[in-house]
Formats: sequence, structure tokens, C-alpha cells
Amino acid sequence: MIPASSHNGYVIRVRGQVQGVGFRPFIWQLANELALLGEVLNDSEGVLIKLLEPVDAVAFVSLMVERLPPLARIDSSEINPYLFTVVPTEFVITQSQGGQVNTRIAPDTATCTACIAEIRNPADRRVGYPFTNCTHCGPRFSIIKAVPYDRPYTSMGAFPLCPECQQEYDHPADRRFHAQPNACATCGPKLTLVNNHGEVVASEQLALAQTIAALEAGQIVAIKGLGGYHLAVDATNQAAVERLRRNKHRPTKPFALMARDLTVIANYAMVTALEQQQLQSGAAPIVLLKRNNIDNLAANVAPSMHRVGMMLPSNPLQHLIFSGFERPLVMTSGNASGKPPVIDDAQAVVELGTIADLLLQHNRAIVNRVDDSIVRVDDNQPIVLRRARGFVPTPIGLPAGFEQADNILAYGADLKNTFCYLKRGQALLSPHLGDLSDLQLRDAYQHNLSLFAKLFDVKPTLYSCDPHPSYHSFAIAKQQSKITAVGHHHAHMAACMVDNQIALGSKPMLALVLDGLGWGGNDTEHQLWGGELLYGDYTKVTRLDGIAPMALLGGELAAQQPWRNLLVQLESNVSNWQSIDLPVLQRLQQKPLALLRKGLQAGINSPKASSAGRLFDAAAALLTDKFESITFEGEAAMSLESLAWQAVDNQPHLPLIVETDHIELTPIWSMLLTEICNGVPASQVALLFHQQLALCLLGAVATQAKRLHVSTVVLSGGVMQNQLLHSLLVDGLRRLELEPLSHHQIPANDGGLSLGQAAVAWAQHQQGGMA
Amino acid sequence: MNELKKRRVELSHGGGGVEMNNLIRKVFFKHFENDILVRDEDAARLQFDGPVAFTTDSFTVSPRHFNGGDLGKIAIAGTVNDLAMAGAIPQYLSCGFIIEEGLEFAELESLVQSMAAELAKSGAKIVCGDTKVVPKGAADGLFINTSGVGTCIAAPSWKRLEAGDAIIVSRDIGAHGACILASREGLELDTELQSDCDTLWPAVKALLDAGIDTKAMRDATRGGLAAVLNEWAEARELGIEVAEQALPIDPAVQGLCELFGFEPAELANEGTFVVAVAAEQAEQAVAILQQFQSTATVIGKVCNEYAGKVVQTSPWGSKRYMELPKGELLPRIC
Ligand SMILES: [Fe+3]
Ligand SMILES: [Mg+2]
Ligand SMILES: [Zn+2]
Ligand SMILES: [Zn+2]
Repeated sequence: MIPASSHNGYVIRVRGQVQGVGFRPFIWQLANELALLGEVLNDSEGVLIKLLEPVDAVAFVSLMVERLPPLARIDSSEINPYLFTVVPTEFVITQSQGGQVNTRIAPDTATCTACIAEIRNPADRRVGYPFTNCTHCGPRFSIIKAVPYDRPYTSMGAFPLCPECQQEYDHPADRRFHAQPNACATCGPKLTLVNNHGEVVASEQLALAQTIAALEAGQIVAIKGLGGYHLAVDATNQAAVERLRRNKHRPTKPFALMARDLTVIANYAMVTALEQQQLQSGAAPIVLLKRNNIDNLAANVAPSMHRVGMMLPSNPLQHLIFSGFERPLVMTSGNASGKPPVIDDAQAVVELGTIADLLLQHNRAIVNRVDDSIVRVDDNQPIVLRRARGFVPTPIGLPAGFEQADNILAYGADLKNTFCYLKRGQALLSPHLGDLSDLQLRDAYQHNLSLFAKLFDVKPTLYSCDPHPSYHSFAIAKQQSKITAVGHHHAHMAACMVDNQIALGSKPMLALVLDGLGWGGNDTEHQLWGGELLYGDYTKVTRLDGIAPMALLGGELAAQQPWRNLLVQLESNVSNWQSIDLPVLQRLQQKPLALLRKGLQAGINSPKASSAGRLFDAAAALLTDKFESITFEGEAAMSLESLAWQAVDNQPHLPLIVETDHIELTPIWSMLLTEICNGVPASQVALLFHQQLALCLLGAVATQAKRLHVSTVVLSGGVMQNQLLHSLLVDGLRRLELEPLSHHQIPANDGGLSLGQAAVAWAQHQQGGMA
Repeated sequence: MNELKKRRVELSHGGGGVEMNNLIRKVFFKHFENDILVRDEDAARLQFDGPVAFTTDSFTVSPRHFNGGDLGKIAIAGTVNDLAMAGAIPQYLSCGFIIEEGLEFAELESLVQSMAAELAKSGAKIVCGDTKVVPKGAADGLFINTSGVGTCIAAPSWKRLEAGDAIIVSRDIGAHGACILASREGLELDTELQSDCDTLWPAVKALLDAGIDTKAMRDATRGGLAAVLNEWAEARELGIEVAEQALPIDPAVQGLCELFGFEPAELANEGTFVVAVAAEQAEQAVAILQQFQSTATVIGKVCNEYAGKVVQTSPWGSKRYMELPKGELLPRIC
């Protein structure tokens, strides 16, 4: 206990995202408003506030929490008595102290309403200025090169502030006090419009006007954004969209759209209150919305998809473009086919010049690539499908028991790669990077690995990776001495447990992990897993059951050609399939069956996998037009889901769940064929497939839950991003009085894998340490 | 007559007695006959001027007879090609037979005949040999070992690879691997696959005679093109860039690969080589090689980037590593 006489004030320690977000001027204003004396300063732990008595420090903190600036996030605050040796006579912002190592860097944030008002106000000095920002909005992560987050360490370092901007920057009462990317038309970045050979066509306001005119005329314009380029084209102009598809070698994959405001979006999609909240959030992600069926979007924007990805403008440049353009624009990521998105301007001309007619560039460098994030609202909760711009690098808090987790690096999966560092009980999940088999992407991966280590001052001592022997990430991880390989599906399960804040040491639970493919190891006859019923906790897991392993006929080809999976399923589940008179089966008979059967018998490049993804591919080959081959991962399954939704009136209905000993899918195939032969519409059969699959899985879950006295079931893996199947499973589990745990802020697919790997590695390390 | 054809090799044929002598004279000497061999001395005495290349290899292939060749043909072509790849004239070969008891004489003789036919393509001679007969089960039919020596007239080496050098393949790739796979598994394809098994010396000689500086040469046997390029890149610590659409692939091989998900660049060859030449000589070298195989072509180049790696560029410009083939293909797509 400190005797009352030994202090004359209080010191408040605030941790969290409190630097570079206008937190100190906010405290300065609050203190002035309350006529308090003292100081506020940044240090390596966050922010320190010192207040001279008389003061109600507790009331001050609650007011601080209540009025928090938009980008600030408080993880913790504590109040302690403090002794001022020199009694303050005013409230001041004191210069930063010490190395800034345990602070946060804010994610890039959508332009705030105050800044939007300024660029639209003819009387404002920032009217029409496309790089307007303030402490509440603008670029952050995408421009940072090193810590501390100060202008010289960002790509704004190249733009010395003009006197007016400097004044804003220096004045605590100003919205731009210490706004590192602060800029205006006098001192800040400038626009240039170039043609596809890189020759300058126009600059500044003229560049903007010509961009809008080009878009009006149906041209393709590559537009430099915060974390990368977009390829933009009029989303209602079918010929223009077709040309973009051709140039980008992207025949069918849905394009994301951007529209001026909610009113425009409402013309094309149905937006719930929660979805609206997501669209308008600071992260401004792509939100997958249900299409209304009267839209006049070009038919080739998102062919055969029941949802369309839409976002709102999130930087001033986009707002300015849309002030002159009323229709939605396709805003797809600016990359050449099979390559990661470009961030370098010269490279953009080379790679995007073959796709776009014009490139709208500017001279503020993108330091870190951040793609658009993707969110869907499900079961009245937003779920993050792709975590990047707007979310990264906000740390994810780890559950109880992980407080000491520190200096761990998990390398993630090979596709949809992210990596994850654990630092002081928090997870630093990288932005979505992509497929590591691409060389440029592997460079970006290495760059990001060291950038994160530098920005967050992590020095890993424990490493974690996927055990798949052909993974590039495995080869990279192997260069470290202390690695913990974490089974693919165990990592998926753990990621979901972290997402639901399941404490370390909680009793084991069940998990349905459904995905395409992951290394299961040598415990089972088949090494490649994909649709598993697991039982375990953070430290270990046992496979109780799973989808029957089937040959991947032709190895990776099975993931590209859905018919291969249909053939394999029918060969082992429907003995008389060749005598059934259906066009799709006749089509299958056209394949060189004799050769393929020999290949299956001899096991020629046909490893067995219990893949849920390939099961969906098989059903999609039977029921949709995705028979021959697909052009992007998940295309067949997405088409099947969209088809099934057509048969859903209101809530997808699930028949009675019957407890079963094993997951037995064989009868489903005859059932599907019978229904098709009876003339039941394909959409209803697609729905039936989802329902029957859910029933089979739930039957086995029910039995195991009873046997093991478990009441919680984790739902993870990429297939859980199938909203229909996921909601059927959630519904079924609730009916069984079991608690489903689903993904929310950590992607259920391989994008969340690294976080699961890190959690398992730490848990196992802890256990090993205690033993 | 039928009786005679059905005759089989017995353990006594390896006993060193009359029966063995008969086998050697009536089968081996008859087909391999040359002045050095018929001297029948303990060791062949040879004369060379200058540096000599020396190589050895043992051959086991199942099945022993396939479309485009047999074990005998491979046993000669393999060793002759190794000499040719070293820039040496294939001159003298030794030959060791390990015969499983029960092998038909007729088959043995036909394999020896195809060895003799293959020798004629390069002019190399078998000058010494050895025969063992082992009990049933101790070998699989027939194993052949050949060693070869020859005078060097060029000195190709991966050490001479430099950025900018053109990488040429002498013909379409993967034919042998595809052919063997198909015949081993009894796959009946519409178009028949034929092994590329062949002696490469005439093509190499033509290059050297024309003054082509063959900076590095390798026949792309086990592990295929991918193995050769990876070994070069790794050893020389330079990159090799290959254009995916430039790889010459026979439609039948392509068909098999598309059916079962194989990479033609990883399939074995028995008569296909990779040669690196300075960019200026690439066109001339290809023209010469096309006189032997019309599918010879430049597939890529050596570069300073991607040190130690082989990079394959897709028609759309994305780049991936052409990896060193692994024993088993394991899908990664999740
Ligand atoms: Fe996965
Ligand atoms: Mg050899
Ligand atoms: Zn703002
Ligand atoms: Zn300025």
C-alpha cells in the first residue's frame, strides 16, 4: 500500500492500438475539457496518462473508453497512484519516449465522413484531393516500412509537409495532429494517368476526369489503391466485362464490385442491417450479398453465383471516381493470371498493360500489399472469409492460458497462405498472401515474414508448420531447428477454437473439419485427409471417423476436373451406373473408362484421400455444368451451393437425425441418381445432397458426442464456407443440444491455418515443458 | 526346331565348363565378333591418344521388351550415350550378363542381337565380357552391365554454363517413361507410345563436326528433363528459365500425362539429351539436331536470376519452379 501522502496524482497505463490513431490529442482534448493538469505520452508499452489531483481517475477512464477515437482500440488500462515531483501547470503532450516495440500499427481504414465532406466541399482547400486523410482514416499498414510509425518510415516520407499541413500536424486540437500520411494538393502525392505503354496521358484533376470518361466508354482502367491495384470496368457493360475476362484469362471466377453508396448497391442486392454495417465499417471489406433477381448487372460478372461481392469506396480517390460514375464498377484485384497482385508502378505497366487500356497511378509507393478482405454475414454474425485490408495487422487476442505465448512463428498452408506470429499472448496473422507455388509470391512471403518480425519485434524461438512433405512452406520451415509440425486438420480445429476463445486446458471436444486436402500423416491408411471427425484439444487430436477415402484419379487433376471425382464415386458406390440412362452419365462414359479403371486398379497417380472438397466436386459434376474442368479453386462446389439455394424457400430444412456408427455416404449416390431419373429438378437434388451429407455427418457426431460425453462441436475447414452446409450443420447440432463453434474473424479455410498451427505448437510446447 | 527355341539357360551354363563355353561362342562371340574380342585373352589391350572417358551402368528394365526397344538396346545405348555426353567417341565396351536360371535362349539371343544392332550405330565394340547364371529368384530374368571407354574430342561440363546460354532438347520428351508405364500397366492407348531409346552419338558427332561448342550435355534418363536441369542449375548456382509452351511433347505422351496427371518433364528418356550452347550457336545446333529428330528445339536459357533453381514460365507469364522429381506425386490442393 502506498501511503496517501506519497502521491499527488495518478498515472494511467493504456495498452492497445493507441498510437498513430489520434489518441494523445483525444486525451489532450478530454483533459482540457475537464480542466485537468498533467501530461500524455507514447512509450514502448502504449500510452501513459498522468493526471494531477484532484481527479476522479476511474471516471476519466470510463469517459475515455466511451469517447474513444474511431481507430483506437484499448486492450487494457490500469490506474496507479503517481507522484509529480514538479507540479504541472497545464496539460501537455510530451515527446515520445524509448523504442516503440509493443505498440500496434493500425490497419488501413476507409475515409472518414469528415474527410469525404472536405473533398466534396468547393470551399475547402482539399476539394477534389484524392489523398486526403486524417488521424481517423487513411493508409496505415500499407505504407509502413519500419517502426516507429512516423512519417519518415512510411512512403509519405518522400513528401515534406507544406506549412499549412505542418500546422495541422503540429496542433493537438487539429484532426490531423500527428496524422503521418497528412497531405494536400500542394505537398502530397499526385495522380498520373498513363496508357498501357506507360506514357503519361494526363495528370491530377484531368487524369481523374479522363479515367471517368474511359470507364463510361467501357474501357478497362487499372486503378492504384491502398494496398494494390484494381482492374476497373463498368459492371453493367457485358462486352466490357467480357473483354476484361479475356484479357485477364479469367473465364468464370466472380468479380467483386464497388458502388458509390448503399442506394446504388440496393439496386443489385439485398442488404441486411448487419451487412450494411460491414459495408460501412472502417475495414470496408467486400461483402458477399444475396443478389436480387432483377439486377441489371452484366450476366458475366458473377455467373451462376447466388451472391455477389460488393464494397463501398474506401479511399478518397475511389470516392472521387464515383462522384462522376453512377453505375457499379467491377473492381477486381490487379494481377495478371496466376500471378500475385502488383504493387510496383513500373511492374504494373508491364503486367496490367496487357489487360487494361489505361492505368491511373500516383507517386505514393505501396509498401505492403494488402488485398481486399471478404466478409459474409451468416447466422447474424459477420464471418471473415479473406482477412487482409482493414483487418491486418490488428492482433487477435488469444484465449486464456495463452498469455505467455510468445515468439512463435507458424508458416501456414501452401494455398491461401497466411503466416502467424504469436507475441505476448496475441496473434499477429499476416494478410492473405496466396499460392506459394508462385515464385513472386514466395518472395512476397519472405518479405512479409521479416517485415512482421521487424514491425512487431518478434524473435521466434519456436516454429510451426504443416507436415505435408511437398509443401513449399514445409521446405522453408525445415531450415529452422526447432519446428513443430501440426497436422493440417488439427490446425484447422485449433484455429476455430482460438476464434471462439476456448481456453487452453479445456476438456476435449469434437470437431468436424471439412476441406479439400491436408496431410493427415501415417496414423491412417490414407495419408491425405479432407473430411474428418476429430476428437481432441489444443495439444492432441484423434481421428474418430471421416469421409470414406477415395482415389484422387490423376493426383492434382482431381481438383481441377470434377468428372474424375464423379467417376470414382460412382465406380465404388453405384455398381450399375453405366446402365442408368442420364445425359451426364453418358458424358462420363465418353471418357476412356478402360484406361481409367486400369489406372485406378494399379493406383497410377491415384492417392486416396478422404476429401470433402472432392466429394462436392463429384456432386457438382453430376448436377451442374461444372463437369469437365474448373477455372478457379472451389468453383464446382460454389456452383453446387448456388444451385441448391434456388430450391430453398425459407430456412433450409433438415430431416430427422438418426444416430449412426459411422459416416456412410454410399447410399447418397443411388438416392441422387434416383431423384434425377424421377425428374426432380437439379436444384432440389443439389439441396438433397447438402441435407443428406449433413445428416450423415450429424448421425456420427451424435453417437460420438454421447459416447464421449462431449457437448461442443468445432466446425472448421474450407468447406464450412459453404453457407448452406454450415447452416444445416449448425441447425442440426442445436437440435441435438450440442453447441456448434464456428469461425468468425479467423478464416475457416487455409487462410486461418497458421494461427491454429501456432496455437497447437505453443500448447504442445507448454505440455512438454511441464512434463 | 520348337524344342530348340524353348531351350532355357541352366545353372550349368555358368559353371565354366563346356556348356558355358558353348554359350559364349554361339551367342556372344557370334553377334559381337570383332578382332579384339576374338583374341579371347584375360583382358582386352587397348590403344588411346589423349584423354579418355570411362563410364559404367547396370541395366534392369521391366518389361524387357517394349515398343521401340528392349533391354539389350538400352544396355548399349545407355553406356554409349554416357560417353557421347562426355564428348567422347564411344569406342570400347565391356559387357556383363547376370542371367536368371530358366531364361529362354531365344530371348537371350534376341537381346544380344539388338545389342549388336545398337553397337553398329556408333561403331563401338564389345571387347570383353562376363557371364553369370544365378538360381531362380536371385535375379529377375536378365541384368546387363556395360562399361565403356572412348577418346575425348570435346569437354562439355556444367561448369561451363553461363547466363544467356541456350538450352536445347534433342527431341520430344518423356517417351520412354510413358511407354514403359503404359506397357507395365497394360494400358491400351489409341495412339501407341514408342520409347525414344536410341544411340545419340551420331547426333552429337554431327554437332561437334559442325563446330558447335557443346558447353554442357546430359542425356535426360531417370528423372527426365527436370532432373538434368535441376542438377545443372544447382551445381552451377545459376538459374535456368524454361518456357512451358516450348517443351516438345508428343501427343500420345501428352495424352497419357493428361489422363493420369504426370509431368512430361519428369518422365524418363533413353534417347533424348539436353545440350547448352552459346545463344549465337543455338539456331545452327537446332537445325543439325532436327536432321535426326524433327522435334529438337530450344526450350529456355541459363540466367542469373533464380540461382540454383529451374523456373518454368506459363503461357500467361506466371513462374513456378520445375522441381526435382520426387518419388511419389502428392497433391497439395486443399
Ligand atoms: Fe485445409
Ligand atoms: Mg548412365
Ligand atoms: Zn479522415
Ligand atoms: Zn500540404
